[in-house]
Amino acid sequence: MKKTSRVITVIVFIFLYVPIFILALASFNTGADMAVFKGFTFNRYAELFKDAALLELLRNSAIIAVLSTIVATILGTCAAMGITKLGKKMRSAIMTVTNIPMTNPDIVTGVSLALMFAFAGTMLRLNSILGIWTLLIAHVTFNLPYVILNVLPRLHQMDPNLTDAALDLGCTPVQAFFKVTIHEIMPGIIAGALMSFTMSLDDFVISYFVTGAGFVTLPVEIYNYTKKPIHPKVFALFTLMFIIILILMIVMNIIQSKTDRSKGKRFSKAGGVL
Amino acid sequence: MANELIRLENLVMEFGGNRVLDSINLSIKDKTFMTLLGPSGCGKTTTLRIIGGFQVPTSGQIFFDGVSINEVPAYKRQINTVFQNYALFPHLDVYDNIAFGLRISGLSEKEIDSRVGHMLESVSLKGFENRKVPSLSGGQQQRVAIARALVNHPKVLLLDEPLGALDLRLRQDMQNELKRIQQEVGITFVYVTHDQEEALAMSDTIVVMDSGKIQQIGTPEGIYNEPANAFVADFIGESNILDGIMPADYRVRFFGQEFKCVDHGFEPNELVDVVIRPEDIDIVAPEQGNLCGTVTSLTFKGVHYDTIVDFKGFKWLIQTTEFHPVGSYIGIQLDPDNIHVMKKSEYSGLYGDYSSYSEEYEELDEMPEEE
Ligand SMILES: Nc1ncnc2c1ncn2[C@@H]1O[C@H](COP(=O)(O)OP(=O)(O)OP(=O)(O)O)[C@@H](O)[C@H]1O
Ligand SMILES: [Mg+2]
Repeated sequence: MKKTSRVITVIVFIFLYVPIFILALASFNTGADMAVFKGFTFNRYAELFKDAALLELLRNSAIIAVLSTIVATILGTCAAMGITKLGKKMRSAIMTVTNIPMTNPDIVTGVSLALMFAFAGTMLRLNSILGIWTLLIAHVTFNLPYVILNVLPRLHQMDPNLTDAALDLGCTPVQAFFKVTIHEIMPGIIAGALMSFTMSLDDFVISYFVTGAGFVTLPVEIYNYTKKPIHPKVFALFTLMFIIILILMIVMNIIQSKTDRSKGKRFSKAGGVL
Repeated sequence: MANELIRLENLVMEFGGNRVLDSINLSIKDKTFMTLLGPSGCGKTTTLRIIGGFQVPTSGQIFFDGVSINEVPAYKRQINTVFQNYALFPHLDVYDNIAFGLRISGLSEKEIDSRVGHMLESVSLKGFENRKVPSLSGGQQQRVAIARALVNHPKVLLLDEPLGALDLRLRQDMQNELKRIQQEVGITFVYVTHDQEEALAMSDTIVVMDSGKIQQIGTPEGIYNEPANAFVADFIGESNILDGIMPADYRVRFFGQEFKCVDHGFEPNELVDVVIRPEDIDIVAPEQGNLCGTVTSLTFKGVHYDTIVDFKGFKWLIQTTEFHPVGSYIGIQLDPDNIHVMKKSEYSGLYGDYSSYSEEYEELDEMPEEE
């Protein structure tokens, strides 16, 4: 039993990681043909960092990812604070509405956002409003649920008396949030922000519909690449992106397990006293 | 000597139509130690939270120094709270927890340092400045919570079962400690507990509550010696409660006999509840007794024996240092001083009968209600 489950785990990991491994391998290949490994080189990486167009795409993606993460994290945290203050019925209604963009097919979200922007553009009598701002709005929209879903459980776990204690000691409600509440829910905020960042970085479908010619992100442009033979420096780019995401995920896990451990300590202490 | 500092007027609290506080009227005198005492769920915490400003009453007024503070938010009230589970800030160390309120009010770090240092000393936590809160024992956390509140020099300190999580020894030490601190700093304490011994030992005034209503307000002695109704008589200490009738002032009939008593002011022939404390009963030879009965159960309690005696089918608890074995036939003598007469109430007949007495009754009382 134990053995078979272990074997299955290994198989799953092979399926998940072999393609990425091949990609990484290809990025170090001297030959142009993916199928044969001719020799080892860092040239692809050097070429990548000389390609101004590609770097600009990367910069665009990073700008959108960072901005949408910041906006979504702030809005999402505020929303989560508001949701906890609602009554039971209202809360579950809001949560359903919050979850829809996550389960909605990206293509539907993308097309409906595009339609909305087109409509807004007509209303404002602008030729095309598609560009960085519409892209940002779209990314914030699909990032918000991740922030809310990560922050809410932290707020629920938090001892409500902590906020009361802060008020008791003279904090205004706003001060109480920044001096106490935010420290308690920080792991949730960070997890939500990291998730937003990765979601935003690799989004293609939604971005494809809401971006204009003036501001293109990496995934959208790469889609165009795939129509012609891919230059190996793109493999180098993918490998780098994979490594960045991997590092973010590891950081997230470390933060999560660290806070869980200190929480556990606290609870066992309280249990010991009782 | 003491002026009124806080007054609650016709306070009503409802949660979704469920009435948790029912017209509470209460006057709290300055610099006194007042205790709200009652069983779990009677509304003690709710009352405290309304005074602290964390809950808005459904109706009624709260006055502080004669001024209505219904509209004043918690952070503007000169009141600090020690919460039921301490609610210390886990991301701050002991020093920063205690300094929290002073920093908010914008004192200089120098002033803060001297006040926190002084406070640490008076709760015997010198040297713990940099300890993380979760690494402290329950008793230490509790003292940090008290220091964090007191360092702000509030006019009133609210304490919600602050000793609930401590073991018996530490609890008794802390009772003395709290009483000392209260007298030393000379401020008003409003203390919540469901432990009657704690209330009797510490308070200037006790407010006995049950199901959202105040049952009695008085000094510890007053409440113990002259309980207002069967609930109070039973909740504070042990009581034998009997049905009686007052034929006239200073006379009460029960068990078909008439006794002298010190109570008066009832209607002629009014039906009443009669309270006789188990430790006030003198056991005598059967021929000298007002009443005679048979011992049916005996439990050694250290200082005394809990002796259950059957009088004509009604069982009484008698606490005596004398040993009377099960089966012995004894008499008892009742002095007028030891008979207390109460008006009939909704609680009549619910308490004070030891017919179902078992040795476990004390353990049942001690069962923790907390989750
Ligand atoms: N926010 C709330 N919503 C609904 N009901 C509440 C709320 N707060 C308190 N109650 C109810 O009010 C009643 C009194 O609660 P309260 O906490 O004041 O009791 P307590 O006397 O402090 O009890 P304990 O000794 O167990 O702490 C309880 O029945 C409780 O369920
Ligand atoms: Mg309570």
